[in-house]
Amino acid sequence: MGYELKLRVWRGDASGGGLNEYAVQVEEGEVVLDAIHRLQATQAGDLAVRWNCKAGKCGSCSAEINGRPRLMCMTRLADFAEGDVITVTPMRSFPVIRDLVTDVSYNYEKAREVPSFAPTPRDPDGKRRMMQVDVERGQEFRKCIECFLCQNTCHVVRDHDHNKPAFAGPRFFLRYAELDMHPLDTNDRRKLSQDAAGLGMCNITKCCTEVCPEGIKITDNAIIPMKERVADRKYDPVVWLGSKIFKRGDRASREEV
Amino acid sequence: MTDTTGSPDTTGSTAADAPTRHPMTGNRLTAEAAAEGHGFEEHAYDVVVIGAGGAGLRAAIAAHDAGARTAIVCKSLLGKAHTVMAEGGIAAAMGNAYPEDNWKVHFRDTMRGGKMLNHWRMAELHAQEAPERVLELEEWGALFDRTSDGLISQRDFGGHRYARLAHVGDRTGLEMIRTLQQRAVALGIDVFMECTITEIFKTPSDEGERVSGAFGYWRETGRFIVFKTPSVVLATGGIGKSYRVTSNSWEYTGDGHALALRTGASLINMEFVQFHPTGMVWPPSVRGILVTESVRGDGGVLRNSEGKRFMFDYIPEYFKGETADNEEEADRWYEDKTNNRRPPELLPRDEVARAINSEIKADRGSPHGGVFLDIASRRDAEFIQRRLPSMYHQFKELADVDITAEPMEIGPTCHYVMGGVEVDPDTGASSVEGLYAAGEVAGGMHGSNRLGGNSLSDLLVFGNRAGIDAAQTALKSSNQSLQVRDEEVRAAAERALAPFSIAGGENPYTIQYNLQDLMQNLVGIIRKSDELSTSLREIEALKERASRLSVEGNRQYNPGWHLALDLSNMLLVSECIATAALERQESRGGHTRDDFPGPDPHWGGRNLVLTLGDDGRVELRHQPLPAMPEELQDLFEAQP
Repeated sequence: MGYELKLRVWRGDASGGGLNEYAVQVEEGEVVLDAIHRLQATQAGDLAVRWNCKAGKCGSCSAEINGRPRLMCMTRLADFAEGDVITVTPMRSFPVIRDLVTDVSYNYEKAREVPSFAPTPRDPDGKRRMMQVDVERGQEFRKCIECFLCQNTCHVVRDHDHNKPAFAGPRFFLRYAELDMHPLDTNDRRKLSQDAAGLGMCNITKCCTEVCPEGIKITDNAIIPMKERVADRKYDPVVWLGSKIFKRGDRASREEV
Repeated sequence: MTDTTGSPDTTGSTAADAPTRHPMTGNRLTAEAAAEGHGFEEHAYDVVVIGAGGAGLRAAIAAHDAGARTAIVCKSLLGKAHTVMAEGGIAAAMGNAYPEDNWKVHFRDTMRGGKMLNHWRMAELHAQEAPERVLELEEWGALFDRTSDGLISQRDFGGHRYARLAHVGDRTGLEMIRTLQQRAVALGIDVFMECTITEIFKTPSDEGERVSGAFGYWRETGRFIVFKTPSVVLATGGIGKSYRVTSNSWEYTGDGHALALRTGASLINMEFVQFHPTGMVWPPSVRGILVTESVRGDGGVLRNSEGKRFMFDYIPEYFKGETADNEEEADRWYEDKTNNRRPPELLPRDEVARAINSEIKADRGSPHGGVFLDIASRRDAEFIQRRLPSMYHQFKELADVDITAEPMEIGPTCHYVMGGVEVDPDTGASSVEGLYAAGEVAGGMHGSNRLGGNSLSDLLVFGNRAGIDAAQTALKSSNQSLQVRDEEVRAAAERALAPFSIAGGENPYTIQYNLQDLMQNLVGIIRKSDELSTSLREIEALKERASRLSVEGNRQYNPGWHLALDLSNMLLVSECIATAALERQESRGGHTRDDFPGPDPHWGGRNLVLTLGDDGRVELRHQPLPAMPEELQDLFEAQP
């Protein structure tokens, strides 16, 4: 049943730090976060770690486990051999605050840059109508739990901090795509996603999709279609002309923001 | 490796370079803070909302829209609050699935589910306003599942006569929090993330005393922060972390309940704690994690080790008229609700949790001490994966169980506290001027038991109402008259640092562990007089131990220190629960007494109100239930 797990955990802060070795008693069916909690409760009371739901729903406990970006609450110890040493380090693309906690404010800054949803008016009975098939694409993207593992993994910013100001990252390409595919939105964010959000910097290597704990097909279903929509707007003369001629107050001629 | 044995004054490297904007939030920091009397960062707002779950975000949006300068202060990152865990949906009588549904039916279901102990006015407002609050979410970008004619789809849940839960698969809470979060960001409301409030300040006023501010610390740096504000909205959620088996996260330490008590407000209905019937039981590390009621709403049934659908044996007299007494009728109900009665698996949560508990005690449980929840044999795999994607994912990833092929093992888990701050039903105002409560931290709405789906709607309806009134109160009062005295601030800082001043004391994690065991074993689903008395003595002993605990390390992002401060809230709230549970000599809703097994009309007409005495002891008094107007009373006689 239970055994003694060898754990290496990065301890330190912005000024520096290193891997500390611990031995922690663990039980059948546990996940890495359980081991971290037991370590905290018995040997390292001040070990800094974020967590909330412990069920893969809130996206708080992101870290790198043996170098792989994952949620600690969804990484089962049974996936490792009992003799294996498990190494837990903070997400690398964000500045460390302390131990496993990083400063993820980059993501909150990027969130503020996305112009919000602007719907068409309600139907006369005060309700809105959308068909299930039309909301499903957006629903896939709204499964995002904002764990920021995709942001952490994306090679455009990983080890390239200088790209951060011009690059919103996969999480926010999801958001741009979600709004662009929303049946009732009246804003057109295609130019913005290309210019300010840096959609063009993504060269679709799919690293983000690989680490998404929700299994969202970020590259195939959001980024590539969004790139196509940007290209449509930019290079299709019929679309360009149409946008100049038809000025209607509905979604057919969206307002560029 | 850093030195973790530094003095409590060490606040880490970020202390040196004082930024003008906080690095996490972008909020402006007052550069002159150090020059002021107490020396801590200080902010002035019209409304400060504590908590960023559904109620907190909705309150902040309402306060902002009412013209108040508003701040949200939350313990975790924005978007991580417990609302994210809600799965099933938002109860609102929109009539999309059944045109015969309306607020009166919803009101009646809510009151009956709460065994008539609900504040009728809250239940009325809730049922009336929930539909518009849901439509508003759609206005802000929420993408609910649709009916075939394009309206918001509504699903079945326990205790609701008609299918009325607006939902997004089984991740409705995530959709709701993300929508509100994106709305709050779009409005430019200031958010203080990973910031914990430990005290609320008061100042003399015409009527006696009123709220004047709040004190807290940044988790990131351990530095203190002071808010000057005439209105504080508590939206801190519940208390579940005081129990061993719970669906609640680390944040649920009863902060708002304790802050309200210490500020002079009262709590009601604290004896009523909801044990959700279906939490995971295996493996041990996931024990307590929620399994949504939608599994039953979508056709799942409960079976014991003999394979029997045992809920038919547990239909109480009170619900006989509306509950199917045979499997054939129960199964027909999913297709035809007009001519069939509801399956007993969809009785209110208190009834189902007690029934499961009895089956387990009678040795008819599953191998790991639960019972079986079976949807695999009732619905096809495609349906299950489409309707319950996150349940499928959760069991597959954490328990190696394929819920489309085999039954789940489940058992009761501490999920929700019906009790909370006693508030004015229309405004969410507590008895202390300027102090509001909304959402789980407020009491009265759900009576002795909450129906599934009524929580998310509660957050929206009463978050909105509290936010509006908090803003109006603030805009009426002038900030100049508010006083936050330097010596009070310094005293608050000293209290917060006290755990660092004791060397060689006990570890806060051990005390929390002991409290969780105590509450689970002595103040759990089934309660007894002698065990409750014992629990109060043991809580007293834990309080004493907690006064001598030590924490290691320094003030920067130190969970041990944070827990030490949260512990005093958990202990106080636990004492309230045990005190009220001992007093109420009947069984009703989320309070079951082995020694008083049935409901008692005498107790059905009264609330238990808890306050904090000058000596720091919890005081209890009885209070008659508010009288329901006749036109609402008629609703209970007219229908089956």
